[in-house]
Amino acid sequence: MEEIQSLLQGFAVALTWKNLLFMFLGIVLGVLIGVLPGLGGANGVAILLPLTFTMAQTPGGTTTAIILLSCIYWGALFGGAITSILFNIPGEPWSVATTFDGYPMAQQGRAGQALTASFTASFFGALVAVVMITFVSPIIAEFALAFGPPEFFSVFLLTFCAFIGMSKEPPFKTLASMMLGFLLASVGTDTVTGTLRFNFGSIWLLNGFNFLVAVIGLFGIGEILLTLEEGLAFKGKDAKMSLRVVMETWKELPRYWMTAIRSSAIGCFMGVVPGGATPASFMAYGMAQRFSRDGERFGTGKVEGVVAPEVANNAAGTSALLPMLTLGVPGSPTAAVLLGGLMIWGLQPGPLLFIEQKEFVWGLIASMYLGNIAGLIVVLTCVPLFAAILRTPFSVIAPIIVVICAIGAYTVYNSIFDVWMMVVFGVAGWAFKKLQYPLAPLVLALVLGDQAEASFRQSMIMSQGDLSLFFSNLLVGSMTTLAVVLLFWPLIALGWKKLRER
Amino acid sequence: MRTRISGAIGAALAAAAFTWPLAGQAWEPTRNIEFIIPAGTGGGADQMARAIQAIVAKHKLAKVAVLPINKSGGAGAEGFLDVKNSPGEPHKIIITLSNLFTTPLATNTPFNWRDLTPVQMLALDNFVLWVNAKSPYKTPKEYVEAAKKAGSGKFKMAGTGAKQEDQIITVAIEQATGAKFTYIPFKGGGAVATQLVGGHADSTVNNPIEAVAQWRGGNLRPLCVFEKQRMPYKNKVTKDMSWNDIPICKQAGLDIDYLMLRGIFMPPNVSAEQVDYYLGLFAKIFETPEWKDLMERGAFNQTRLKGKEYADWVAREEARHVSLMKAAGFIAGK
Repeated sequence: MEEIQSLLQGFAVALTWKNLLFMFLGIVLGVLIGVLPGLGGANGVAILLPLTFTMAQTPGGTTTAIILLSCIYWGALFGGAITSILFNIPGEPWSVATTFDGYPMAQQGRAGQALTASFTASFFGALVAVVMITFVSPIIAEFALAFGPPEFFSVFLLTFCAFIGMSKEPPFKTLASMMLGFLLASVGTDTVTGTLRFNFGSIWLLNGFNFLVAVIGLFGIGEILLTLEEGLAFKGKDAKMSLRVVMETWKELPRYWMTAIRSSAIGCFMGVVPGGATPASFMAYGMAQRFSRDGERFGTGKVEGVVAPEVANNAAGTSALLPMLTLGVPGSPTAAVLLGGLMIWGLQPGPLLFIEQKEFVWGLIASMYLGNIAGLIVVLTCVPLFAAILRTPFSVIAPIIVVICAIGAYTVYNSIFDVWMMVVFGVAGWAFKKLQYPLAPLVLALVLGDQAEASFRQSMIMSQGDLSLFFSNLLVGSMTTLAVVLLFWPLIALGWKKLRER
Repeated sequence: MRTRISGAIGAALAAAAFTWPLAGQAWEPTRNIEFIIPAGTGGGADQMARAIQAIVAKHKLAKVAVLPINKSGGAGAEGFLDVKNSPGEPHKIIITLSNLFTTPLATNTPFNWRDLTPVQMLALDNFVLWVNAKSPYKTPKEYVEAAKKAGSGKFKMAGTGAKQEDQIITVAIEQATGAKFTYIPFKGGGAVATQLVGGHADSTVNNPIEAVAQWRGGNLRPLCVFEKQRMPYKNKVTKDMSWNDIPICKQAGLDIDYLMLRGIFMPPNVSAEQVDYYLGLFAKIFETPEWKDLMERGAFNQTRLKGKEYADWVAREEARHVSLMKAAGFIAGK
């Protein structure tokens, strides 16, 4: 096993006091960045990138630099879940699905369990992805090349279809919410023709509606408004605060092994492709609900509903580094900034990186193992601390949340207009809750609508309008078929039942 | 870090305090410089801006920090409008790419390069015609002939964005040769290169830095560069080829040349002293080994113009984009 030998050498490179110090520093910074909505991993890494430039000049320094930056990334992947669970505010786009069950758990006083489950699931997902990177990276890199526009579109279609049938709300409400999301996603510059759409001559809408601004408003501000209406108190204030919670939750977790494995497969697939961590988390949640024996009760505070998206988003976030290293194509915005970093340091990601920069690559892979272990230790020890936040009186914490939300919305594009947008979305979020329209389909359509549309139209340009392109080879054909099956699953299941009864 | 920042602020304040009474003294920035990037993170302009930020920080070339900010909305219009709407603000600079010309023409966004103050041309980015290394084409002529033979729209050209430089070059090739490609727009240069390697497109006109990794990996083949002379870099990039070994398209029977501006502009109504400060700063940046290294890695054309020469160049280039885009039918109706 050549890989094991290389990996051991990698550990030798990564395991210096200096590197370990930067590893913990990176994780802590990353968790903070993950907690603050708006200040995503990509921004955090971009801000710190120049600091590493000096670092990279010393011998072995590039490894230290990438360890620091990638640990910020791991930290952000871990930390994104914290505010999702405690306040229903996703710190990162990929933790939206975590709010579905995480927040109800916190409201029931089970914030500690939800956080522990989320962190452990994150660790598991990342671990699976790193093992995959260690042993099968060349094959996987080849696989990513098979993805052209039709394949990308079928992946997005699969995500939508896996998610659509599961909603407990009336199907037309789900559809209405999703279509509204698509409508919002189409505002701004159209990638395919380069023209502006739906901006009504306003320069503020050139960028379209940013997903993070919408999510901060819909979830965060919307939730605050609801709480205000319902009596100014957190429901989860009797959360347990001892580390015993961690052990208790761990006892329960092995039950969800099937969900964990399925979600890591989805995550690794979406990370490598690269479809990204956000669709991975939605798809994993949808699949978990479909295949769980307890699917009906998803959304009411099921541990499984926290495990599924968290395993998937960390598996995807981690495996997104693979196409970056081997193809020079970043699988996520953060990976894009890391890619820029590698180039500034004089490293050239691409097919030859694994041959020419062996020490660096294996040092990085070893640091993925170590960084995730460090991350797990850091966040788990802080579980009681995080849970204790819920004991703070609402009147103290709510203004702080609003301020953090506003800062987050502002940071996305440095635009005060986005802060007003956030407020508007907040009111919309409140109205959605009151009218019992589901928010998740809107969010899903807003985050993926753009890419789904672009890849659909690219495909149509390629085939000159021929839809059979989506069944033109085994890969795209099977994904499209799977998507259609999932979409009509409730009907198929019903028909199957009838057939058996006969 | 804190001491360094407060030290820098202190030094800047001290500098400001000392220089204030002496009229005619050289201008110096008193707070951090906003470096606007009218494009997304990870692209060519973004990489160059972040490299400049790092070089300035590392060699302590300025008393303040340079802070890159991406304002990519509306194909960069957001960034240009921000600079246009900050008249007299000396702590703001913007790096441009060809969207300086193409965005207002294609989308009717109300700005023109004349709304800004030209400072310094950093470099010009090359464009190379790439095919998959597994394809049989060795020269642009063979490739274009094959595209013609296959029929209109059968060959696919992948490129970055719509109605921008990649598509302009594609249309120029079509007009020069009579071949007809299907142009597929993608969001970034890296994705474009991967689509070509994966066999989802037949060719690209990637910048050198976007495709070099795949070239070295033996997955892509350069056919020619859209330049007037060969690229000067003679160090071997692959086993047997350097950038200098790539023929120019004109010699190979494809009479097209196109270079993309990587240049710096400031807001309108800034003083000559303020422009001079940035000219001095960039003169120092150009001398650093990191900058030279970046130029070679990206096989840039190192033409550096400033002052009137720069403005004249930009004016000529604007006129050229108007005619190129008119010919391609990319100009937005009023």
